[in-house]
Amino acid sequence: MATHELTLAGLTRILRESAGEDEGVDLDGDILDLSFTELGYDSLALLEAAGRVERETGIKLSDDVVGEAETPRLFLALVNELVTVGT
Amino acid sequence: MTADVVVTGIGVVAPNGLGTEEFWTATLKGVSGIDRISRYDPSGYPSPLAGEVLTFDAADHLSSRLLPQTDRMTQMALAASDWALADAEVDPAAVPEFGMGVVTASASGGFEFAQNELQKLWSNGPEYVSAYQSFAWFYAVNTGQISIRHGMRGPSGVLVTEGAGGLDALGHGRRHVRKGTGLVVSGGVDASLSPWGLVSQITSGRLSRSADPERAYAPFDVSADGHVPGEGGAILVLESAAGALERGARIYGTIAGYGASCDPAPGSDREPGLRRAVELALADAAVAPPEIDVVFADAAGVRDLDRTEAQTLAAVFGPHTVPVTAPKTMTGRLYSGAACLDVAAALLAMRDGIVPPTLRVPDQAADCPIALVRDTAREMTVRTALVVARGHGGFNAAVVLRAGPDSN
Repeated sequence: MATHELTLAGLTRILRESAGEDEGVDLDGDILDLSFTELGYDSLALLEAAGRVERETGIKLSDDVVGEAETPRLFLALVNELVTVGT
Repeated sequence: MTADVVVTGIGVVAPNGLGTEEFWTATLKGVSGIDRISRYDPSGYPSPLAGEVLTFDAADHLSSRLLPQTDRMTQMALAASDWALADAEVDPAAVPEFGMGVVTASASGGFEFAQNELQKLWSNGPEYVSAYQSFAWFYAVNTGQISIRHGMRGPSGVLVTEGAGGLDALGHGRRHVRKGTGLVVSGGVDASLSPWGLVSQITSGRLSRSADPERAYAPFDVSADGHVPGEGGAILVLESAAGALERGARIYGTIAGYGASCDPAPGSDREPGLRRAVELALADAAVAPPEIDVVFADAAGVRDLDRTEAQTLAAVFGPHTVPVTAPKTMTGRLYSGAACLDVAAALLAMRDGIVPPTLRVPDQAADCPIALVRDTAREMTVRTALVVARGHGGFNAAVVLRAGPDSN
């Protein structure tokens, strides 16, 4: 069951907790339209982060969908669409 | 003629010292890292002692991107590989990536990481298990992470032969160098002291049940009742002698000989394979037994295994002749890390002209007729050393080391 929307701050917290932070990347900067690759995260890091997002929001993300969201903006849109539907 | 392969860098993570020089200083003084397990209450376990590396904090050495995806053994292996490369004064970024390989040994994989994830699995459900569990526990993960960290894409692999693995990795690394890979990072690090790791080791029946750190793990002693497990190991940089000399590298010594064998099946009346491994290594190095200055023993700490090793050494070298030592009495047995750490110690013994002691053998068994270097380090010239290692499951390995670049 969905509980709450995911914010950019929430996503960066989850990324830090689940996969750490690359040196030389400022997750608190303007990152909405940077690709996750540019932010130093590979597919496994995103899979790990997606697992935490699922646990915190109560939604279910398919692996394909996670792979398609290449930037934080796209990822948040995708998550929050599901959160809204579930509410 | 085959190309000589030399050691140009050493990185150590040991219970009695973090970093090569700290380990070596403690080892020469006879400082033991064995004590009651501190990271959890071991009172419910029959074997409460271990050689823990208390001073290793992975966050001091690795980025936050690596921490969530690595077991403790990998964190230690990565730190040790950094130190070994720095010691060898190699900048991997300046070397062609296919000209460098990685060969490590692993006895058990990442038990601590895996235990944490399995606990999440049974207490919270599969969605709580880390995606990194897919590889973080894996035997080959130390090799993989070292390869990724330093951009080493040449021939690489992992050897899984329990306590013999440290030598088997060096033997295999040497093959790659001889076939043309200029530099191979090689060695072994294990760290399976979490409760699940400890319980899995207890099933071998080879762990001491003593709770007294001053008495447990007494190899070749009449009281020997098993070993104390430890964590850590060593990572070495192997290069062709020609390449090392060309770039003016400091050379610790040559891996002059390597031999490996398997024991016959349990219950067989054939002799154990250890002697064959030792003789193969000596023959490979073209070294006669009297030329060996010191032996770093496997030192199982189990009566019948000690007897086999001591009598093997007595058969090859003569009873009570060549000095034999077991500095692992100060670290516990480090599984795949044990023999690489012994190789590091043997090379340092050559460098400094001093052999580290074996601790806690107050009453050496009469059926172990070897000349043990006991209690205090012995100053002596070491030109040639033999390192012996065995692994649970019938693995035997031996390496002959020679000081400096080889002459033949």
